[in-house]
Amino acid sequence: MKELFPAKQVNGFVFSLVLTVIAISVYFVDMSYEIGLTILLVTAFIQAGVQLIIFMHAGESKDKGSIYTSLFYAIFIALVTIFGSLLAMVWGYM
Amino acid sequence: MEFFERFAVPHPSPLIYASMVAIGLTVLAIIFGITYFKKWGYLWKEWLTTVDHKRIGIMYMISALLMLFRGGADAVMMRLQTSVPDNTFLEAQHYNEVFTTHGVVMIIFMAMAFIIGLMNFVVPLQIGARDVAFPRLNALSFWLYFAGAMLFNISFVIGGSPDAGWTNYYPLASNDFSTSVGVNYYNWALQISGLGTLMTGINFIVTIIKMRAPGMKLMKMPMFTWSALITNAIIVFAFPVLTIALIMGTLDRQFGTSLFTSTSGGMDMQWANLFWIWGHPEVYILILPAFGVYSQIISTFSGRNLYGYKSMVGSMVIISLMSFLVWAHHFFTMGHDAFTNSIFSITTMAIAVPTGIKIFNWLLTMWKGKIRFTVPMLYSVAFIPLFTIGGVTGVMLGVASADFQYHNTMFLVAHFHNVIIPGVVFAMLAGMTYWWPKMFGFMLNEKIGKWAFWFVSIGFCFSFFPMYITGLDGQARRMYTYSESTGFGPLNMLSFFGAGVMAIGFIIIVYNVLYSIKNSPRNIGDDPWDARSLEWATQTPVQEYNFAITPEVESSDAYWDHKKKGYQLFKGNIEKIHMPNNSGLPIIMAGIMLVFAFSFVFYIWAGVIVAAIAFLACLIYRSFEKDDGHYIPVSEIKETENKNGGAN
Ligand code: HEM
Ligand SMILES: [Cu+2]
Repeated sequence: MKELFPAKQVNGFVFSLVLTVIAISVYFVDMSYEIGLTILLVTAFIQAGVQLIIFMHAGESKDKGSIYTSLFYAIFIALVTIFGSLLAMVWGYM
Repeated sequence: MEFFERFAVPHPSPLIYASMVAIGLTVLAIIFGITYFKKWGYLWKEWLTTVDHKRIGIMYMISALLMLFRGGADAVMMRLQTSVPDNTFLEAQHYNEVFTTHGVVMIIFMAMAFIIGLMNFVVPLQIGARDVAFPRLNALSFWLYFAGAMLFNISFVIGGSPDAGWTNYYPLASNDFSTSVGVNYYNWALQISGLGTLMTGINFIVTIIKMRAPGMKLMKMPMFTWSALITNAIIVFAFPVLTIALIMGTLDRQFGTSLFTSTSGGMDMQWANLFWIWGHPEVYILILPAFGVYSQIISTFSGRNLYGYKSMVGSMVIISLMSFLVWAHHFFTMGHDAFTNSIFSITTMAIAVPTGIKIFNWLLTMWKGKIRFTVPMLYSVAFIPLFTIGGVTGVMLGVASADFQYHNTMFLVAHFHNVIIPGVVFAMLAGMTYWWPKMFGFMLNEKIGKWAFWFVSIGFCFSFFPMYITGLDGQARRMYTYSESTGFGPLNMLSFFGAGVMAIGFIIIVYNVLYSIKNSPRNIGDDPWDARSLEWATQTPVQEYNFAITPEVESSDAYWDHKKKGYQLFKGNIEKIHMPNNSGLPIIMAGIMLVFAFSFVFYIWAGVIVAAIAFLACLIYRSFEKDDGHYIPVSEIKETENKNGGAN
């Protein structure tokens, strides 16, 4: 029976529901803007990871090398673009 | 009549009217010619509907050459205008339109098309594939690019050209300062050809990752294929930024938003930021395939395998990441604090290191090699010192504090032409000459080719080196004229002279093509250059299916091993081959897109809606269409192979 029950997927589903609840709580619970945004960002990234690994099966097939490479490449470029733009257009702008 | 008034050119001149007549006559002549020789059917069946990567590649390259002449004519006009002080050949507005058109045409419609064309022709052959992963998407890519190019090119006779520079900075590009529909043309032409490019990016990544011949590990791919893989990765990550920036520009100009204005919470410099987030990776999109071409050519004509294969690959991977780290060096003077400028200054200088590694690898490949100075090799050898000068002046510009002196002067113009012409243009001419026999079954005349090489490269030096000096002396870029007292006159005259010499070089290239079509021998065999990589293991000219038997490979110089070490490339038997069917849908969809974009440029909403519905209908049709391709039977393959003396 054990092989038939998709424990990983069910746990993943519960976990992603928990993450969603935490994210929604930012709206209802009274907290500062910074803390709220931090919670949102953190839960969003974990959520994306859960979806990718558990439900989109990254890492289960032969080409997991290319999948993870392009994923990290994309994350790197996204972060660089966002923080670089903030630096160029807001923080470092006189 | 009111409806048609919008199509009038806002700043007419005799030159423009003459071009209108010329364009009209050329179109008529082409239509008449094709009809007269009854070639419509042939054209439609063999070319316009083709999904064959080789033919698509050739069409890209033909378009690129046409655009080279369009952009070249603009260049000569600009150099003519600035050749003497206080010249009145072009007025300020026309000069603006000409340099804008020149920049866009050369980067987007010439250089991009040329590299994508070469990739199309060469990559599947180099990896032993029969076509790209998505052949029909590939055709759509080409036709979207072509639609974008045509849209852009009619702007100067219908409605007015863009005039805010190829960089199209706001607020200059906003409705307030650029009042004609020109910048709308810019937005839409780049948008649709950019979509084509993005699809090419995805297509080639999949092709290279998934469709390599058995045995060709990643680290056994020929260097041009490696450069294509990296380039397409950059395309996929950089082009979406351009797409978004262009949409934002369209919203501002055509729907009254204020994203790029300094009032209402907008930010005009945000355009510059987004443009260069795409724009700097874009210059590496252009140069990396050129590096790939040089790697193949230098190794072939030095008779040696490429020195430092791993470091070549490694440096390209590093460049692809770092190309996303440096973009703010294009606006050091915008008003950053010293800390911000220092960061981008350091990343900019660091990117010169992997580039330098590649230069040494090429030099070491030639070291002790037995060099044959053919036309492709001449371009490659000239590339090394000339490109190095461009790189060094790039590092000078990368020094943020010093850039306050160089920025927006002719020094900058000299820098980027110095990297783009010996880098990209030489590579394309070299690559075209090198792979020409595979494309057409005869070689370009070497002697005439060498004449062209000398004209182009000496012309280049005369044309652009003087700009370094006038730039340091303070001549600003994009100024339509200057007074005699500045003393810029003589050097600008020299530059005009150089541009003329280059133009002659390009005319010689055209003459060479015509001459060679007529006079070159056709019995050149499959490997006229004594080359090394897999594409030379095909027949000349290449069959529709590329390889009768899928090759098996053990090194990046598979064909060399076959020739020198008796390595067996084709181990299996001939089996029936599955090939994709031709389709008219791509060209029709691109045509609809052209109508859509043209209507959008002129705010003709009826046209926009009809075209959008038609486009959607094509997508739906495609989703339900059953198209399983076709098989070429063994008997037919055997017949073709025998007729042409068979590859094995
Ligand atoms: C060693 C490598 C390079 C360095 C350090 C470098 C550095 C720079 C810098 C700092 C600028 C901006 C200067 C200013 O606006 O004041 C610039 C402009 C430019 N570079 Fe480079 N560059 C390098 C290689 C290349 C290559 C390989 C290409 C193209 C194939 C290229 C194409 C351009 C273009 C098109 C512009 C300016 C466009 C414009 O403003 O209209 N560069 N470069
Ligand atoms: Cu740059």
